[in-house]
Amino acid sequence: MLNQSLSLDLMFQALADPTRRAMVERLGLGPASVSDLARPLAMSMPAVMQHLQMLEASGLVRSEKTGRVRTCRIAPEALSLAEQWINDRRIGWEHRLDRLGDYLGEPDQERKP
Amino acid sequence: MTDRNTVHASFTIERRYAAAPDRVFAAWASKEAKARWFGNDPSAEILREMDFRVGGRERLNGTWRNGVLTRFEAHYFDIVPNQRIVYAYDMHLDDRHISVSLATVVFEPAGSGTRLVVTEQGVFLDGYDDAGSREQGTGWLLDRLGQSIEAA
Repeated sequence: MLNQSLSLDLMFQALADPTRRAMVERLGLGPASVSDLARPLAMSMPAVMQHLQMLEASGLVRSEKTGRVRTCRIAPEALSLAEQWINDRRIGWEHRLDRLGDYLGEPDQERKP
Repeated sequence: MTDRNTVHASFTIERRYAAAPDRVFAAWASKEAKARWFGNDPSAEILREMDFRVGGRERLNGTWRNGVLTRFEAHYFDIVPNQRIVYAYDMHLDDRHISVSLATVVFEPAGSGTRLVVTEQGVFLDGYDDAGSREQGTGWLLDRLGQSIEAA
């Protein structure tokens, strides 16, 4: 039980970051190499690797190296159904609160109805 | 036949915003302001109603890209302006009743900004127990992720 909540905490941490969410979303379409994952992201390869390490530590993503290519895939079995469900609800909140932050930060917000 | 089961869970999310509590609270307190950040892709929105007062109701219906109809319905139980909102809500996906939750939103001053704490306590109903739901569940999670990212 303790281990379970530990892994959930890691997962929530992993998914609280927009870059990592984008990586998980990309992997939802199918396995991808690290360079595939890095391509749409405006950041250095070491930074991408660091995000990948967090996703792997959370159990959400697995990767294996064949020759010079590291292939990453999503590991949906990392989550029980209930965890998946709860995690989804939590991610929903994370996104809404991000959007709330964007909305509050809009300079012309005061002038809108 | 549906295998009936209930899973209880609660979680807390904390955020800090540079805006003062009254502005953060205002973003939750009117339909117009809340529509700017709470919900799905606006083009997929079917219905939005909000009666922000104790005893009032909020409804938000929409469709996901995969065609699933979502229905959110909330009832406000406690409102302390600029400090606290407590509401209960439930969710349907098509005809499946998937969860009933209590949400507590606390607004606290933090310097010139706001510390916002959202706590959700819920019961999650059936739904994920039928064959193939794991795959759907993951797809659904990713659909949601994708939608939010696109909308962001």
